Amino acid sequence: MDGFFKPSRRAFLRGGAAMAAGGAAGAVAAESAPDPLITELQDWASYTGVGVDEVPYGMPIEFESHVVRRNVEWLTASPISSINFTPIHALEGTITPQGCAFERHHSGAISLRKEDYRLMINGLVERPLVFSYADLERFPRETHVYFCECAANTGMEWAGAQLNGAQFTHGMIHNMEYTGIPLRALLREAGADMSSDKWVYVEGADASSNGRSIPMEKALDDVLVAFKANGEALRLEHGYPVRLVVPGWEGNMWVKWLRRIEVLDRAVESREETSKYTDVLEDGTARKWTWVMDAKSVITSPSPQMPIPHGPGPLVISGLAWSGHGRIARVDVSRDGGITWEAARLGRQGDSKALTRFYLDIDWDGAPMLLQARAMDETGYVQPTKEQLREVRGENSVYHNNCIQTWYVNAEGIAENVETS
Amino acid sequence: LPDGAFGLGREAHPEEIAAWDVDVLPDGRGLPPGAGDVETGEELFAESCASCHGDFAEGVGNWPVLAGGFDTLDREDPVKTVGSYWPYLSTAWDYIHRSMPFGEAGTLSADDTYAIVAYILYSNDLVDDDFELSDANFAQVEMHNSDGFIVDDRPETEYPAWRAEPCMQECKDEARITMRSVFLVGTPPEGGSESI
Repeated sequence: MDGFFKPSRRAFLRGGAAMAAGGAAGAVAAESAPDPLITELQDWASYTGVGVDEVPYGMPIEFESHVVRRNVEWLTASPISSINFTPIHALEGTITPQGCAFERHHSGAISLRKEDYRLMINGLVERPLVFSYADLERFPRETHVYFCECAANTGMEWAGAQLNGAQFTHGMIHNMEYTGIPLRALLREAGADMSSDKWVYVEGADASSNGRSIPMEKALDDVLVAFKANGEALRLEHGYPVRLVVPGWEGNMWVKWLRRIEVLDRAVESREETSKYTDVLEDGTARKWTWVMDAKSVITSPSPQMPIPHGPGPLVISGLAWSGHGRIARVDVSRDGGITWEAARLGRQGDSKALTRFYLDIDWDGAPMLLQARAMDETGYVQPTKEQLREVRGENSVYHNNCIQTWYVNAEGIAENVETS
Repeated sequence: LPDGAFGLGREAHPEEIAAWDVDVLPDGRGLPPGAGDVETGEELFAESCASCHGDFAEGVGNWPVLAGGFDTLDREDPVKTVGSYWPYLSTAWDYIHRSMPFGEAGTLSADDTYAIVAYILYSNDLVDDDFELSDANFAQVEMHNSDGFIVDDRPETEYPAWRAEPCMQECKDEARITMRSVFLVGTPPEGGSESI
């Protein structure tokens, strides 16, 4: 491929000429013969389907069996402390179906009955308390939609283009509608010291415990102790029966199987906030407490797992954008590797700290494209390029890679994960 | 009802708090009384830890390396170990006591944990082979990378520069492919795909 050049040098490659070529297809031609799927009586139009008592709780139809979580075995030493990936390339809208929403465990997904569930709150509180699951259902509830993005999402891509598919480069994320109790309600119930220099340490019931420290200001703001997601109980692998929801912050802090909340006068500096979830900079020092997930986006189709099946003509470019700082204000899309940008259409304005769907509907002329998306959030933050990120951080941060992603789409409509100049 | 007045839950018993609140802070708060030396730690490590982490805490296969890697943090592939990277000894004690061995977490006594941590310090050349770690001398151990961390500075180093109206037209002269994905995933055929 020759590369993409700005219009002043190679104007004929882009713009009006391309649109005219695509539009010239004109009227739709007739098929050469009548379609037997229409002219012949089909079984499903004659026989009966299955009854309503066949499947009490349904799974997707067999033809969608490719829309599943996938694992990349060599990423981790053990599938018990590992990650899998949401098939974001094949999904639409903003809500992630729970059954294919990614998992990240440190000592496996545990099975914890509501009857065996206990939540303790202790430390700098007037009344250390123990709640049963039934107790939690008696507190006033809130419902919100939020994304949960693993701090390591896109982490394998720091040093270059590695994995070929949006599922693998961007699929450590899900977006659900949660119902639960504000953490501040439980802190008040225990009479916690809620002064601004205090910390809340949260840990799970699993062997890894996944303990993390949260500053009091965030704990009092929008953190939820959640027991429902997308209308039903949490899935086993997502923390059944109770997990923490920490809007806009790295997924590691969304402690699953939540068993204890402790109020402290300092951060614990646990394993998951010292050895892990700290970000090494080029000079060897490391950032700690990088909690917020910055504005980010990715084109989900076309993408390496979603080639263009139909040739030139109308093409839907579809993607996701999100920001831990608030709402997505705008998403721009480039077809020439970032030389020229145009504003995409927000298919659904996402809630604050939730996924937003965007579209750009184009008339594809069949020429190769270097597709990119660039998110902007309500604070004015513009999603950076990987080069911009590397200039500040080097290549060893592991976490928090929110760079602009490039897909090279060739004339056959096959897409590939690339880096561009 | 206002928050704080629901009267839900019950008071936690001291024994319950003691059973679950086992975290240890960087200043040593939370450490139970006890002690263990390098020699005892070496035996325990060989028994319970070395099959994954190696006889000398150097790591086996993909399992975490616990020792070595000093002065590699600014290199292309940093080796981040308890010795080279971890800022606080409290974290090692707390994490091992609570979550190790992998698959048999919570089975180490306080003395076992002191001994294993002493052995890991020895593996990192941070103490001599006759060293005994205890709740009394815990605070005196100096970690190699204790000054290696800064609090998230994105609000100063990134956000001001990146909260600017972006370029829309003629943003650069050219865009060339500089790198292609290393690991190719097959395009999913109808009905499913083999992943990587």
